Amino acid sequence: MKAQSQTQLSHLQLLEAEAIHIIREAVAEAVNPVMLYSIGKDSSVMLHLAQKAFYPAPLPFPLLHVDTTWKFKEMIEFRAKIVDLVGADLLVHQNPECIELGINPFDHGSSVHTDMWKTQGLKQALDKYNFDLAFGGARRDEEKSRAKERVFSFRSDKHVWDPKNQRPELWNIYNARHGAGESIRVFPLSNWTELDVWQYIYLEAIPVVPLYFAKVRPVVERDGMLIMVDDDRMKLRQDESIEQRMVRFRTLGCYPLTGAVESESVDLEGILTELFTATTSERQGRLIDHDGAGSMEKKKIEGYF
Amino acid sequence: MRQRSSQPTGPVADFLAAQESKGLLRFITCGSVDDGKSTLIGRLLYESKQIFDDQLATLSQDSERVGTQGGNLDFALLTDGLQAEREQGITIDVAYRFFSTDRRTFIVADTPGHEQYTRNMVTGASTADLAIVLIDARKGVLTQTRRHSFLVHLLGITNVIVAVNKIDLVDYDSTIFQDIETSYREFSQEFGFTNLSFVPVSALNGDNITTASAAMPWYHGPTLLSILEETDAHVLSHDKPFRMYVQSVSRPNQDFRGYLGFVASGSLSVGDSIQVQPSGKISRVASLPSFDGDRQHVVAGESIQIVLDDEIDISRGDLLCTPESVPDVGNQFEAFMVWTDENQMMPHRSYLLKIGTKTVGVMIDKPKYKINVNTLEHLAASTLELNDIAICNLATDRPVAYDPYVNNRYSGSFVIIDRITSKTVGAGMIRHSLRRDSNISWQHTSIERHHREELNHQRSATVWFTGLSGSGKSTIANALEVRLHAMGLRTYLLDGDNLRHGLTRDLGFTTADRIENLRRASHVAQILNSAGVIVLACFISPFESERTSAKEVIGEENFIEVFVDAPIAVTEKRDPKGLYKKARAGELPNFTGIDSDYERPTSPSIHIHTDELEIDASVEAILQHLRNLLLLP
Repeated sequence: MKAQSQTQLSHLQLLEAEAIHIIREAVAEAVNPVMLYSIGKDSSVMLHLAQKAFYPAPLPFPLLHVDTTWKFKEMIEFRAKIVDLVGADLLVHQNPECIELGINPFDHGSSVHTDMWKTQGLKQALDKYNFDLAFGGARRDEEKSRAKERVFSFRSDKHVWDPKNQRPELWNIYNARHGAGESIRVFPLSNWTELDVWQYIYLEAIPVVPLYFAKVRPVVERDGMLIMVDDDRMKLRQDESIEQRMVRFRTLGCYPLTGAVESESVDLEGILTELFTATTSERQGRLIDHDGAGSMEKKKIEGYF
Repeated sequence: MRQRSSQPTGPVADFLAAQESKGLLRFITCGSVDDGKSTLIGRLLYESKQIFDDQLATLSQDSERVGTQGGNLDFALLTDGLQAEREQGITIDVAYRFFSTDRRTFIVADTPGHEQYTRNMVTGASTADLAIVLIDARKGVLTQTRRHSFLVHLLGITNVIVAVNKIDLVDYDSTIFQDIETSYREFSQEFGFTNLSFVPVSALNGDNITTASAAMPWYHGPTLLSILEETDAHVLSHDKPFRMYVQSVSRPNQDFRGYLGFVASGSLSVGDSIQVQPSGKISRVASLPSFDGDRQHVVAGESIQIVLDDEIDISRGDLLCTPESVPDVGNQFEAFMVWTDENQMMPHRSYLLKIGTKTVGVMIDKPKYKINVNTLEHLAASTLELNDIAICNLATDRPVAYDPYVNNRYSGSFVIIDRITSKTVGAGMIRHSLRRDSNISWQHTSIERHHREELNHQRSATVWFTGLSGSGKSTIANALEVRLHAMGLRTYLLDGDNLRHGLTRDLGFTTADRIENLRRASHVAQILNSAGVIVLACFISPFESERTSAKEVIGEENFIEVFVDAPIAVTEKRDPKGLYKKARAGELPNFTGIDSDYERPTSPSIHIHTDELEIDASVEAILQHLRNLLLLP
């Protein structure tokens, strides 16, 4: 952080310092840590904070991307670019069972798709490499059950989260102790909001996937959402047609499950201005959260990030 | 944080620059059940435009389905995130919420009002700069109001806003508001809240939340939100002495050694002297490198890296300070303890204590007294149950550096972790050091353990037999001692029953007494080992924690755990001392295996099934193990 003439730190400086403290503390206490890297804006910020936390030393952990083979093409291109830029070790895991069964969001629906590729895939990867601590970019403002999750969140040997039996977390003292097979998920961005993330990206000039910026893109209106036709695996229904619209994404995931929003925001200034006057939350574009109230809590109990 | 290389200009950029320099305030809301805490937060989020259209749609759906406000929006549903909470209509865990105005960004901890959830309130308060205490205008100051205010005070919060809620339900009556203010001021005097304000509000209707209420022309004070925006409340203090717990030592190459940490208080500049605690070594700040370039000066609240002039021994957990203002260093202190676990605190059991970034072993004394949080009365107590608050003495197994909590929140607080379950079982705030430890030091002696071992022509160790009464511990140990003695080795058989005739005569068989019994036995075994003698220790030692403590006292490399295992049906049938019969008849309470648990060792050095193995074979198995460890000639 730049030396300040004033003695009072801004809220972003405080959030940055808190996140760095959390990342360093987790690494100091873990045996085999990993950072979940989902290519989105939160992952970009988390990765940037990790570089700051250990500068001039290299990152003391690899990145793990749990790939579903259904991410936007631009996300995968961006992933390669960033890994190269940062000089990080990247592990990519694709659930072999899903490949074999051809699990996809169109035939199997969003919940089977997400459970098999992401939840089960993540568990497989954590077990395979024996990671005992995994960083995630989740924020408490995203969803109600997240709002109650600890920064250091304990998982049983079956990766289960027990929301009613969480360890109390006081001051800035974190308890990462766990038994064999058990693990800890750590969320350095717990106290950040979507706006904080974008302000920080703007201030620190952190690279993000271009899909966040508005551009004319081929989209189909389906179930009330604008789905981008990212490749020919997307089959059009009878009454559907591809339209060219000026859209951007507030959140990124599997392209058939991620709704675009119509927007004219072609740069960070535009996005920030849009956010200051926003009327819908970012998770609105996520199909998986609409499966019913409490759906995220249920997924998390089952081991979803 | 770095500045952008090319500063953008224009109205958008100016607006963003203003947003970036906003300060942060963390606060908690506390109040009794149904005082409307969640509603108040929901209202603050709503009024500060933090609730989006889709969330509002979900909210109105939920309000119709499970709401308690008729057809109206039930703001409480916004914060009661867990399904169980929405179903039961109560808040069972701390929820964090975020909103911002043009002046400030806020992090709110919504903390439950139920008595059994004291630990959640303490958790929420531990990071808060300010507390909003809600009082239902119809009910006035309640027992729970006192409890919450005491906890706010205990956690060191001095900025308090008393929001007298549901004022609409008492017809906006000013005398009710004034009576509540008078009685709150009276009882809270001893808490020394330096910044105390009162606002009459209706969270449900929005009176005096963000805009002055037309219904209360008699109230001339600021709205709740403007107090939140204007209160000068900062826990992180720049003018206090410098404190930083070292998180880790960064050594990317031979020429670089950086100490990473979070500045808990004070400030530091290049060239300043630094003192390391507990070692007391002194050095000077050579540089403060960062990702954004070298820094000259850093302040409380920043995560930094320090490079020193010379290489001195510093490791994770050390506290860095400046030599002009040093913390206390010692291994015994008095603290306020809050117990956060369902399993009660065991006096003298060895727990872990984490203070800053340092984790050490600790033993907690029997409480001096417990505090009834409703009446603030002092009560006698022999242990701590979930949500108890008490004054205790603690003794760590190594010296630690700390400050009294009232002087420094971050170097005066700690958590207690259970060695076996790894759960955070307690939290504490240090009151002061106990000077008695500074008067006791180790007397160095010239003859050490290895000298005595050489004279005896043997190596010493402890073979620790654990198992149910009647499993065969003493029988096997006795046979083993006969064999060792015949080999010309010096041994001593330490038997639990025999010790109870003298050294531990004052102890019974409650869990607490068993823990103390084993603590004494472990130290006797350690002394005998230091005298160069092989110890055979026979104790039921039913708890994993105490076997782990014994291992630590005696030294892991000298400790051989033998699990003498026989099914209870077998030991009960053997019953050599007739104890099972008495226990079954109810004449022997706390008898292991009958009405007191035996935690089976998970990884003993040797596991003997005495219902299958003969005595001689058992002894031979142990001898072979000792030979393998090169403990026998």
